[in-house]
Amino acid sequence: MSNFFKNSDLDNTKAERIVSDTLNNCDDGELYLENSKSESILLDDNKIKNSSYSSDLGYGFRAITGEVVAYSHSNDISKDSILKSSENLKDTLKSKKGTYNHEIPKSNKKYYEDLNPIEEKSQNSKIKILNDVNNYIRSKGDIVSQVTASFLGEHKEIEIIRSNSEVLKDVRPLVRFNVSVVLEKNGKKETGVYGIGGRQSYDEYLKNENWKHVCDEAFRIANVNLKSKPAPAGEMKVVLGPGWPAILIHEAIGHGLEGDFNRKKTSAFHNLMGQRVASEGVTIVDDGTLNLRRGSLTIDDEGTPTENTVLIENGILKNFMQDRLNARLMNTKSTGSGRRESYKHVVLPRMRNTMMLSGKYSQDEMIRSVDKGIFAVSFGGGQVDITSGKFVFNCTEAYEINNGKIGSPIKGATLIGDGPSILKEVSMVGNDMKLDPGIGTCGKAGQGVPVGVAQPSILINKMTVGGTQL
Amino acid sequence: MVKDQEYLNNIASQTIEYSKKLGATDVNVEVVHSISETVNLRNKQLDESNRSDSFAIGITTYINKKKSTISSSNLSKDNIKILTERCIETAKITPDDEFNSLPDKELMAKNFESLDLYDEFHVPNNKKIDILKEAEEAASKETKIINTETDFTENKSNFVLANSNGFINGYKTSNFNISCVAVAKKDSQMERDYDFTTKRHFSDLINPKNIGESAAANTIKKLDPKKIKSEKIGIVFDKKISKGILNVLSSAISAGAISRGTSFLKNKIGEEIFPKSLNVIDNPKIKKGLGSKNFDSEGVETNNLKLIENGVLKSYLVDTYYGKKLNLKSNGRCGGTSNLYFENGSIPFEKLLKSSKKNLYITETIGHGTNLVTGDYSVGANGFMVENGEFIYPVSEITIAGNFKEIFKNITLANDLEFKYSTNAPTLLVEGMIVAGR
Repeated sequence: MSNFFKNSDLDNTKAERIVSDTLNNCDDGELYLENSKSESILLDDNKIKNSSYSSDLGYGFRAITGEVVAYSHSNDISKDSILKSSENLKDTLKSKKGTYNHEIPKSNKKYYEDLNPIEEKSQNSKIKILNDVNNYIRSKGDIVSQVTASFLGEHKEIEIIRSNSEVLKDVRPLVRFNVSVVLEKNGKKETGVYGIGGRQSYDEYLKNENWKHVCDEAFRIANVNLKSKPAPAGEMKVVLGPGWPAILIHEAIGHGLEGDFNRKKTSAFHNLMGQRVASEGVTIVDDGTLNLRRGSLTIDDEGTPTENTVLIENGILKNFMQDRLNARLMNTKSTGSGRRESYKHVVLPRMRNTMMLSGKYSQDEMIRSVDKGIFAVSFGGGQVDITSGKFVFNCTEAYEINNGKIGSPIKGATLIGDGPSILKEVSMVGNDMKLDPGIGTCGKAGQGVPVGVAQPSILINKMTVGGTQL
Repeated sequence: MVKDQEYLNNIASQTIEYSKKLGATDVNVEVVHSISETVNLRNKQLDESNRSDSFAIGITTYINKKKSTISSSNLSKDNIKILTERCIETAKITPDDEFNSLPDKELMAKNFESLDLYDEFHVPNNKKIDILKEAEEAASKETKIINTETDFTENKSNFVLANSNGFINGYKTSNFNISCVAVAKKDSQMERDYDFTTKRHFSDLINPKNIGESAAANTIKKLDPKKIKSEKIGIVFDKKISKGILNVLSSAISAGAISRGTSFLKNKIGEEIFPKSLNVIDNPKIKKGLGSKNFDSEGVETNNLKLIENGVLKSYLVDTYYGKKLNLKSNGRCGGTSNLYFENGSIPFEKLLKSSKKNLYITETIGHGTNLVTGDYSVGANGFMVENGEFIYPVSEITIAGNFKEIFKNITLANDLEFKYSTNAPTLLVEGMIVAGR
């Protein structure tokens, strides 16, 4: 763990004094210190296109009283700079008086090891794997027109200093390995993308030539899309495959259950607590405690240990996801969901690993029950308008269903639905829950944070498919 | 205050010197300092104040045809030394790439016009709050508006770009931004919309009262939307989103996408891809322009570029690396376009709406449904049904879809171009797209 004050005119004791002095008359706040290193190695067009490394060090000083948040951040960790921030915070809150809430739960549990994935594997061996990936995919035939493969690694150390010298620390490794393939056949071009990752060393994901599986998936998806025909347009039944398609859950209802939008009453869910928001049999949780998962955190970015929060239980809305600010204003407890992209960003309540739990049906039963509809297996990104509840996501691998049978693949299309009502349209929940491969990044208010999703196959009675075939 | 040129120049020069000493054959360095202050209000009360003071350095070292890049926010001498050493060690073990190089010397920027991109004026936070209150007062007059949020951001930034061929230049820029988001409610149904103003100079900002009023009006109009039947229909893109079509064009004609073979516009130079009456221009030298610049992110001179002339694709957006690969000279577009726009159309807005008996007017799209490889397009949307030129009712939970090869060819522009963003387009009509709804 690095000493954040090593090259400065401060030490922990002096910094703690400034923090206590600044936050004395506030309801909450902290000095958040962060030292992050990241690397990216990219192979593209048969070459190592880019090899970059980034190191970022800085602090974010936050003071909160009532509903008002004052924030100041800088990458100059010095007495002058932190005092200047302190003045800035005091000035913003000068007309307010609060009582500091010292209560913060403690836990000894850890969901990942203190390791640095960037240094653990040599640059040469990473370059070798990327070249192997390129050769492996290109050996599949002349239809391969482009291969892109990359390693992204991160090592982030954080320290949170709260009033009265309370100090909380975490070290977070994160890696991602990605492959993208473009195939060309008879003048038609299509793309396939696949990736894996999480909070452990690269080799855990690459061992036993597992990287070949990633290549095979990317190739398979592109190959399926080469045979795709235009997608239908209009309302129809949709079967979603297990795993990554759970970004539907993330967009459709996850964001709407974050504390801030509900405190401000701008979420379509704000007055639905305790009410039925999903079909019977639908249970959704947001879990920060899964070992080694991309969306897991030992403590959140306010120092609260994460937990497994039940959002919807058997169709009934049970909890929102909370950071400390929104929890206090809504008279409840933080669920360990306070997150920020970096020291440059304020804390917001965010998702971690959002999961729909398994039900009793098989995927076969679902498909057999559909006369006309689509079967969506893989998705690109999604987006939601929290206030109106409308959400979208893009299929990257989908098939038509005719008379209970899977038919031809269809071109990528956007699916659109209404968050508060979509889960009431879920008529079958599968018995095959699967976690995503560890590639998700969620954006909110300009901040990106790593997240995970999981779900079993599900059947939705009615959704609008944005194809071109009327 | 943002650091002056001399301070940034020194860091850049020292870094270049040190890299050369360690064996770099070429070096490129960028140093940036920016200070940003934001104040947010919610329902006329202070919600958040945020001050950001940040440095960034980006170093690219070349050892002949080997290259590596490093970036950091820590400008201490010790840290820069450690990073430079790491950068060079990494470059050494990175394979050769014959196209790696600094830009050709004769292409580097030599004319440094004053583009009037910096306003020294500082708005103290209490003044920012007053301005935002004015916007929120105006926005919350209507009782249907149940929530208003505003923010005022003031950005000041200075940068220096330097390379080992002797190029060293940079300048200060500023941005002032006021935005207002409103939420309206009718029964249990809610909608949200916004308006904003962004300018280089404080005195050019649009009156906050107008921003508040238009945010509220935009939002209330959206209440009680209907979902329409799937059909083939003419789609009018509001100015908020019509510029998105130019963003697709610029991504698809970047030398990178062309060289990698991942663009639907590959090998289309000299072909008519838009209607004959259309011109697309990228002009970096507009005074006070939000996308204005004297040179691109490699220091290459940026000049006015006519990308589409009479409907014909005239050039790609070329940087040094992909330029060498495609055997084209860089046209100063590393990092993308500057002030990109459709030359104004000739049809009044009202007349465009009446072009058919029935059109769908789109004010917002959601999702990322553009496939640059195939040109396929499918996104979520909302807007208004227009009949005989009149707005009849709001529409939501639909998608619009098509392929950009056809969309480009079916564009008609209105004559209401204004410069609100760095990329700008007038209101435009695209015939024959597919709407999916009920």
